[in-house]
Amino acid sequence: MLISKKWLSDYVKIELSPRNFSDRMASVGFEVDGYTSPGEGCEGVVIGRLVKIDRHPTIEKYFVCTLDVGDGRLLQQVTAAKNLVEGGLCPVVLPGGRLSGGPEIGDAEFDGVRSQGMMCSLPELGLSKADHPHAIEEGIFFLNEQETPCEVGQDALAVLGLDDLIYDFSITANRPDGHSVMGVAREVCAALDQPYRPHLPQVKGGGGRVEELLSVRVEAPELCPRYTARAVKNVKIGPSPKWLRDRVRAAGMRPINNLVDITNYVMMEYGQPMHAFDLRELADSGEHAQIVVRQAGEQDQTFVTLDRQERTLSPEMLMICNAREPVGLAGIMGGLQSGIREDTTTIVFESANFNGPALRRSGRKLGLRTDALARYEKGLDAQMTAEAVDRACELCELLGCAEVLDGRIDIDHTDYRVHSIQLDCDRINKICGTDIPRAQMVSYLERLQFCVEDDLVYCPSYRADMEGIADLAEEVVRLYGLDNVPSALHRGVTPQGRYSPEQRFERSLVQAMLGFGFFESVTYTFYSPRAFDQIRLPEDDLRRRAVVIRNPLGEDTSIMRTTPLPSMLQVLSANHNYRNEQARLFELAKIFLPADNEEDLPEERPQLTLGTYGAGDFYALKGVVEALCKALHLTPPTFHREAGQPTFHPGRCASIRMAGQEVGVIGEVHPAVLQNYGLDRPALLATLDIGKLFENRLPAPRYTPLPRYPATTRDLALVCDEDLPAAEAEAVLREVCGELLEQLELFDVYRGDSLPQGKKSLAYALTLRDRETTLNDARVSALIDEALALLQQRHGITLRS
Amino acid sequence: MKNQLEQLRQKALQAVETTGDLAALEQARVDLLGKKSALSAIMKQMGALSAEERREVGRLANQLHADIEHSLDEKKAAFSAAALEQRLSQERIDVTAPGSPIPLGRRHPLYLVLDEIKEIFVGMGYEIADGPEVEYDKYNFEMLNIPRDHPARDTQDTFYITENILLRTQTSPMQVRTMLKQKPPIRIIVPGRVYRSDDVDATHSPIFHQIEGLVVDEGITLGDLKATLEVIAQRLYGEDVVLRFRPSHFPFTEPSVEVDMRCFSCHGEGCPLCKQAGWIEILGSGMVHPRVLAGCGIDPDIYSGWAFGIGLERMVMRMYEIDDLRLLYENDLRFLRQFN
Repeated sequence: MLISKKWLSDYVKIELSPRNFSDRMASVGFEVDGYTSPGEGCEGVVIGRLVKIDRHPTIEKYFVCTLDVGDGRLLQQVTAAKNLVEGGLCPVVLPGGRLSGGPEIGDAEFDGVRSQGMMCSLPELGLSKADHPHAIEEGIFFLNEQETPCEVGQDALAVLGLDDLIYDFSITANRPDGHSVMGVAREVCAALDQPYRPHLPQVKGGGGRVEELLSVRVEAPELCPRYTARAVKNVKIGPSPKWLRDRVRAAGMRPINNLVDITNYVMMEYGQPMHAFDLRELADSGEHAQIVVRQAGEQDQTFVTLDRQERTLSPEMLMICNAREPVGLAGIMGGLQSGIREDTTTIVFESANFNGPALRRSGRKLGLRTDALARYEKGLDAQMTAEAVDRACELCELLGCAEVLDGRIDIDHTDYRVHSIQLDCDRINKICGTDIPRAQMVSYLERLQFCVEDDLVYCPSYRADMEGIADLAEEVVRLYGLDNVPSALHRGVTPQGRYSPEQRFERSLVQAMLGFGFFESVTYTFYSPRAFDQIRLPEDDLRRRAVVIRNPLGEDTSIMRTTPLPSMLQVLSANHNYRNEQARLFELAKIFLPADNEEDLPEERPQLTLGTYGAGDFYALKGVVEALCKALHLTPPTFHREAGQPTFHPGRCASIRMAGQEVGVIGEVHPAVLQNYGLDRPALLATLDIGKLFENRLPAPRYTPLPRYPATTRDLALVCDEDLPAAEAEAVLREVCGELLEQLELFDVYRGDSLPQGKKSLAYALTLRDRETTLNDARVSALIDEALALLQQRHGITLRS
Repeated sequence: MKNQLEQLRQKALQAVETTGDLAALEQARVDLLGKKSALSAIMKQMGALSAEERREVGRLANQLHADIEHSLDEKKAAFSAAALEQRLSQERIDVTAPGSPIPLGRRHPLYLVLDEIKEIFVGMGYEIADGPEVEYDKYNFEMLNIPRDHPARDTQDTFYITENILLRTQTSPMQVRTMLKQKPPIRIIVPGRVYRSDDVDATHSPIFHQIEGLVVDEGITLGDLKATLEVIAQRLYGEDVVLRFRPSHFPFTEPSVEVDMRCFSCHGEGCPLCKQAGWIEILGSGMVHPRVLAGCGIDPDIYSGWAFGIGLERMVMRMYEIDDLRLLYENDLRFLRQFN
């Protein structure tokens, strides 16, 4: 919200520096986002009078001007401008001065003729013809002396109103009244402890009764709680006076003409949007004019707005109509014909209150946003419509641009009663942790325009945000100053702070992964449905059933992920593209599995995802998974060949199980998937369901006495079929040796010429120990023989000779 | 005989002194003290002496034996020391050459900072709550005093799944969930992902992280809110952090408080980082709106509470001076390696 300091100064005297003023306003909840001056960066610009014009002696198109810049100082300037007026006043940059953001302007020479400083054009001062209608933009800006009284040598920025300061207030959503000069002025007065003296519009009138010209009927009072209108006649359309143009410009708008500028001025001043109808639009010639506020219904399907767009209407949309047809989209935009034209003679000012949410829905459906709509959406005070329309009429009289008709039409369905709140001082102090006396509270509230009588606080109509005691507490404390509220840590029962077992588990998990040399990644939890194609999921794969976002930013972020694999592949691919030689990454984040019933929330399952390239093969990653399970003290996982996972290499993929339950998958990425992600080297992935890992925690360990008898080791080189999983041979060894087998290590796998075709050799080191006695050779040999016999019988395994 | 011994002493000690290496020394030991040595020979001749002389010469001979042995040992020690010196000088390595690398993982900077925040709060008696990211409209908006037609609910801000289910736009729904199932005293923080329909750029992301805090008990005041946030800011940003509390507005708190930190770059003078304001916004907070408490079945006449919300990304970016939010979600190892 841009607010001119000059405009504010109509109400309140601001002596603080811009920085201190901003800080003060922030401390009462009206934050200033920044401030600028329209003339910022301009230096040494004064009013000069062009006293003499000569032709340049050698350059045909140039003129040599002599300028009086005050104190008897004369400057000589060379210019090519054609609109020179001898005796005219114009802004002049003195030598050594500058224009906004520009370089220093000094002396120049044009073919032997010296030029000191520069005469300015409108655009060079950030102005346009709209600000100074009598001037031109392509040439020197000569001031209209009648309109802009000034003297030679005066600071041009002050003369032109460019010495103003524009504050950009950030208005919170609970204070729609803050989107107006009066609203901000009220707060500034309260903040600076100055009395707020509002201006009450005085209208002379005398142009006849408005009721004789116009009648208004509101057919949808819930959508239009109040409709106020006044009329003016004998309108003389023309430029606004300079003071009005300056204010309109300071508020960030372009001056148009006096009538439009008045409606914009009132909108800025009061925050009340206004519309000006040409009476001819509301009535056929001579006929009594009529405004009907109704919904579009079935009869009006389309409407052409002021911007020449044909809009498709919905039946519920609120329209401003004449007796036959719509002339405006209520509170949003007028119709093509409804605006003020050059030949307009009689104008109806609409100052209405519309239902914000309904207007918001209409605006969204139409894809239309206007300044007026933005104001209505925020919720406006219905009690200001009459004063605002009076103000517009008063300005018409002040400018002498129209004759005001007596009376106003005011259809009021608001049934307004002043809202009051019990002033419970103890409660306020209890909320704030303060000890503010009642009298001080009352004084704060009165500064904020509340009226306190006995124990009741009466709220101004524009403070619809005031509901109860908490709101009063906020009003009191923001003037008392939050910085003055004593900080005091709450005493009382202190609940125990702690991490839950699940949170501690996650922490250990992360610590372990970091210890294994993995980097943590964080990815988006949504992706494109095309990701399922990229990881080669078949059409009927359950993972293709995802939670779908109705209004995504784009297809790429349109579904919630059901598997973390595409996210990790994306990260690996990106790192590969960044030419990172190797990658070890993990992510701990959720997948989302849709519920059977659409109205239930999906299941959110945290997953651990590992991804590597250039950092070892399948066994390297498997080792990490195994080490992780050990580090977290989990049921030892088993790995089972998995040829049916489409994302993985069919020969290099395993499901991971704990106590028979599947907890994850590990494998080398399928070459086709690698290709889909632009990876030209093998990559490995593993996922583990954290919930299932958590369920598989082993009980806390108990101490086992250290062994007192020595261990015996035996190496076995077993020859078996190439296809036999090592796990099968190991199972036999464990079965036979039972508790005596302390450790079993596969230390070599050999394939080669010394073995028959289709065979491999597995070399195991067995560590055997009896905790009760020394194992003698005979017992060990008997055990090994038994194992070899069973290996032979079950899997045809022989001892390598 | 005494003279012989005296001559022998001089010759023997000189012989020991002049040996060149360990082997020569061992040879000298045999030559000087062995059975065929001159000393041995002298001792064998002692039988011919008188008892008195034998005692005298025996004493001298034993003394000489001990002295030779001592000098041999000393010489040997000297040789060992020299040999060790020699070996050590040969075994010198280049200690400036790099150590054998151990692969080290790194925590993502977002969670590095989040871990620190969790520690601070757990230390202050808070528990950590986790809630669903796909959430009911009711918890994300309605029960937080954000009715159906509030501008924050525009589809341009919120991702919807169905009419009543959405991707949570804030961690605040966990306030409602917690208060519905737990009676005061409540002290929780809720870190987590939230979703807003913002296009990706250097300062925006459709997914980001928030940390919600909620305290509900009897007698909780604004002063408590201030004190807690001051402690947290000091722990996170250092003891000399300067905070500013200013009134603001959030639908689910009343009074609402925005907290600014004096710009650490310009110390309040105004600079591009703080957009000339001298202050940097760090979090939003306020006293839990009585209507929110009541909606969750907590009597606002007995209990009061305060809540806050911090955006994690902004905070992490400020701490590490990261100028582009996208880096946090790209997971480029060259980026991730920088944080510890």
